[in-house]
Amino acid sequence: MRWINRKPGRPLLVFLAALPFVLTLIAYMAGSAARLAENPRDKFMPAPTTLLERAGELISEPDRRKGYVLFWADTWASLDRLARGVAIAAALALAFGLLIGLFPTVKALFSSYVSAISLIPPLALAPILFIALGLGEVSKIALIVIGTAPVMIRDLAQRTIEIPQEQIVKAQTLGASSWQIMTRIALPQVMPRLIQAVRLGLGPAWLFLIAAETVSAEAGLGYRIFLVRRYAAMDVIIPYVIWITLLALLIDYALRQTSRLAYGWAEPEAQG
Amino acid sequence: MNAHATPTATLSTSVLTPAAQPVITVRNLTKSYGGNRILERVNLDIEEGAFISVVGASGCGKSTFLRMLLAQELPTSGQIMLDGAPIPHEPGPDRGVVFQRYSVFPHLTVRQNVMIATEFGASPIWSRLFGKAKRKLREEADATLERIGLAHMANAWPSALSGGMQQRLAIAQALAKRPRVLLLDEPFGALDPGTRVSMHQFLLELWRETGMTVFMVSHDLSEAFTLGTRVLVFDKPRWDPHDPTAYGATITYDFKLDDKKQEAIGELSFGPPEHQ
Ligand SMILES: Nc1ncnc2c1ncn2[C@@H]1O[C@H](COP(=O)(O)OP(=O)(O)OP(=O)(O)O)[C@@H](O)[C@H]1O
Ligand SMILES: [Mg+2]
Repeated sequence: MRWINRKPGRPLLVFLAALPFVLTLIAYMAGSAARLAENPRDKFMPAPTTLLERAGELISEPDRRKGYVLFWADTWASLDRLARGVAIAAALALAFGLLIGLFPTVKALFSSYVSAISLIPPLALAPILFIALGLGEVSKIALIVIGTAPVMIRDLAQRTIEIPQEQIVKAQTLGASSWQIMTRIALPQVMPRLIQAVRLGLGPAWLFLIAAETVSAEAGLGYRIFLVRRYAAMDVIIPYVIWITLLALLIDYALRQTSRLAYGWAEPEAQG
Repeated sequence: MNAHATPTATLSTSVLTPAAQPVITVRNLTKSYGGNRILERVNLDIEEGAFISVVGASGCGKSTFLRMLLAQELPTSGQIMLDGAPIPHEPGPDRGVVFQRYSVFPHLTVRQNVMIATEFGASPIWSRLFGKAKRKLREEADATLERIGLAHMANAWPSALSGGMQQRLAIAQALAKRPRVLLLDEPFGALDPGTRVSMHQFLLELWRETGMTVFMVSHDLSEAFTLGTRVLVFDKPRWDPHDPTAYGATITYDFKLDDKKQEAIGELSFGPPEHQ
């Protein structure tokens, strides 16, 4: 049988999926053990038990000077920025995507502009943002918006254009106005795509969030990682990185479920 | 094929009797895409209540002609009149349409697909009715679904319907605004033969009941003759061997089938003798 036709069974599937994770863990444990055997005070690769212990402290022990648990304050600060940035980007994407996709006049006005903007590397704009908007929250959120919105707008405009012309004509023969076609025909049909665009945009959004937090912040996951970097505190950095990954995973999962539950018509096998 | 009918190029003689004014009048219509001439010198009068079938080779411009009747596209030259006035330059509720595919809204349930036309008309901002008005509309929609045999699928998404059910829904939806003409572009082209026969029956019933004017493009000769009271053939009368795109297609045959024969054929449910 050709390899392209060999499909692993359920047990093999689980085993293969877990393999890279397990191997990474084993490699880390081996490396950590070897380094600690040579120098018990080594900080670069703490033992997994040390990491777990430290992680437990991080999430439960209040900071001595500030009086609260930094870990949760950092998480909250970062998620707040991420949510605001991505929500604004999504709202812009929906509004401009629909307008560009449906109205030839708006398309003429904006489509080249949006394409041009989306080519600017957002990190190159970061200094401008910090100079213009200051070092506060606004510039961090703005960086996330500028970094993610143009691509999302293009994506949604494209999806709007792809709505079969037959449907748009049909709606007109049923007496729909431009506004009604936008709100009741196009909008609901691009919503699943918006969720997908947000899922894709979250990767870059985290990147810009952490980049912005390293420049200046009082709290935040990215801020903490860069702060403790000075003391080579891998026992803080590693739990934070794992936590960011977990958060990204959870958000993605939640969005996927929302899309499945709310837009059943877009799932081929679903019924009302 | 010419045994029963005579090719005609006659203009309507109804000028003296305003009561018999054609629903649609086409005069000297031409359509080109770039340098490609697709249609030329098309003249046509569609009388009220007719069931017009259109056949012709693939790519000869049948769909293009239908899109111009819809005003989804505009003619390069010539005129199209609806009830004696130039047709609006965009699609509207006076001309209903059913396409071969994508004819219903995938994000609305079967019932919502039937309700939406009324909602567009009654609620300019939200396109939705609420409370008592909504309940009344729902009841009307359910009565329609009962009639077209889709009552049991009222809450399903269109993707869960068979091809025949989808087209029945599309036709019911297109009739919601009581258009002057119903335009159909190969509406049964993607259906299996059995389903197609029952769809023919369905469409004929609706046509007889409502007395509406139907304009249907088909690639199936027997379907065209079974259903139509009049069959138009689009073809290129002139051909330049050095430049195949120089001339366009026009109406080369216009078969007016009389009603009695029409009904006889309708009951036989297969093609007329000239097709065999
Ligand atoms: N938007 C367009 N731009 C350029 N050429 C077009 C366009 N639409 C149609 N054509 C051309 O016009 C010709 C007629 O197309 P049309 O779709 O009307 O044919 P048809 O008779 O409906 O064919 P079929 O039976 O295959 O549906 C074709 O050669 C097609 O390539
Ligand atoms: Mg066609």
